[in-house]
Amino acid sequence: MSDLRELYQDVILEHSKAPRNYRELASANHKAEGYNPLCGDHFTIYLTLDGDKIQDVSFQGSGCAISKASASMMTQSVKGKSKEEAEKIFERFHKLVTGEGNGDREELGKLAVFAGVSEFPVRVKCATLAWHTLQAALEGKQENVTTE
Amino acid sequence: MAANSMPLEFHSAMPAASVAGYDVEKVRRDFPILQQQVHGRPLVYLDNAATSQKPRAVIEAISRYYERGNANIHRGVHYLSEHATSEHEAARRTVQQFLNAGDKREIIFVRSATEGINLVAQTYGRAHVKAGDEVLITAMEHHSNIVPWQILCDEKRAHLRVLPINERGELRLDELPKLLTPKTKMFAFTHVSNALGTINPVKQMIEIAHARGVPVIIDGAQAAPHLKIDVQELDVDFYAFSGHKAYGPTGIGVLYGKRDLLEAMPPYQGGGDMIRSVTFEKTLYNDLPYKFEAGTPDIAGAIGLGAALNYIERLGLENIAAHEHDLLVYGTEALSAIPGVRIIGTAAQKAAVISFVIEGIHPHDIGTILDREGIAVRTGHHCAQPVMQFFRVPATARASFALYNTRREINVLAEGIEKVKEVFA
Repeated sequence: MSDLRELYQDVILEHSKAPRNYRELASANHKAEGYNPLCGDHFTIYLTLDGDKIQDVSFQGSGCAISKASASMMTQSVKGKSKEEAEKIFERFHKLVTGEGNGDREELGKLAVFAGVSEFPVRVKCATLAWHTLQAALEGKQENVTTE
Repeated sequence: MAANSMPLEFHSAMPAASVAGYDVEKVRRDFPILQQQVHGRPLVYLDNAATSQKPRAVIEAISRYYERGNANIHRGVHYLSEHATSEHEAARRTVQQFLNAGDKREIIFVRSATEGINLVAQTYGRAHVKAGDEVLITAMEHHSNIVPWQILCDEKRAHLRVLPINERGELRLDELPKLLTPKTKMFAFTHVSNALGTINPVKQMIEIAHARGVPVIIDGAQAAPHLKIDVQELDVDFYAFSGHKAYGPTGIGVLYGKRDLLEAMPPYQGGGDMIRSVTFEKTLYNDLPYKFEAGTPDIAGAIGLGAALNYIERLGLENIAAHEHDLLVYGTEALSAIPGVRIIGTAAQKAAVISFVIEGIHPHDIGTILDREGIAVRTGHHCAQPVMQFFRVPATARASFALYNTRREINVLAEGIEKVKEVFA
């Protein structure tokens, strides 16, 4: 059970049950959809960009606990950040969940709870779906994102 | 279909018991892979609708072929080539007997059930479906029996029609007469639903279609390892199944077709073996079944499949069906008893497949947690997205049983589900 507890941390379970910023954003000027055909996870990310700054961010959709909690905590961590800062956080987060490095844990703050994902390679896609979708929204891409 | 007539009673009072005369523990010893541990727990393999494990008889038949019998077929005059050819053709005869086909030339080796369906769509379909025509499928098809027909309909500007299902996951046969029109050129449906376990009344459906002059292709991928199939009694026009779901190797499948239909069809792929003579002006095609078997086939795969079907015959499909039905009944009762668990697919006639969801917990999370208990289930849409949309679920977890599964393993699954709920409590 121990690596399961590592994966399903209380914070993650709590966010999956009560996701933050879970709504459509009326003021959004960027939007992207992300889809994981493997498990049917499907999220829409809404962004209000003011120049380079993420003024507001929200999401809607359905998915597993990992993908939903990741989306929820992502919105919290990138709100108020610049595009570049958000990209940087994703880069660190990606390294964390793929087990490529733990050195940035402190800088990741609360997002470090996703470290357990690295023990479950098939779940990396779940943890990164919202982030890939955010990237697409930031770049203003129109096409849908999939993690396949 | 022996499975259909088994009494529905719950055997929980004696969980070790099984079907009389069927020694499942002895059967398990035929499957080397089942003896291992996963994440420190005994493997509980419940993903048989995706692929089944292989008995030693199959593994050894393949090894023996490569160690002592390997040569190309139909061309050499030397000993090994003759031997390989005769082994390959013996496998074809085994398949013929397994399906009770009237003629060995009606058995075409393909890569998979998917390829068998594509073959029919691209040959018979392209020759017969014209602009404005219709192809009828059902709402419970695997993507492999949807997409080949969509490709054909797109190309020919024909229309794909869909026979709906009800809340139990059964076909709405009352809708069938009006969906079979003079424009319908093919009725393609599954024998057993991979996502729901529903066993369709195929004989009745074929009769209704034939009464309207519509030919039928059945996707038998989920039926072949579990039900007795008699293509002559069914009077089915085409029947496709995969080797690997029937305890054989991957990469080999079978398409049965009625001889007169196959004779009249254009070839599927061009190449060696499917020709009688080639000049740059004209090629004469070979006789059945070779007309549809271009290139060097999966010889070892066919031999492995033959060994698998012989293995099934030795155990007896009636015994296997009875054993699996016992698991279905036991598993349905066990999972239904767990609060929050909902079974998707509750047809009156079911194969041993239990698709389920747990309230508030995504199937992908269920799969990960069960995996740590050594339990292999499939989670996702099972390549049947329209089925998921019908039941308004993004995905399900699916336990699918085979001839080597036990009630004890179902108990482990039930305990595993309790652990899933514990993690999310």
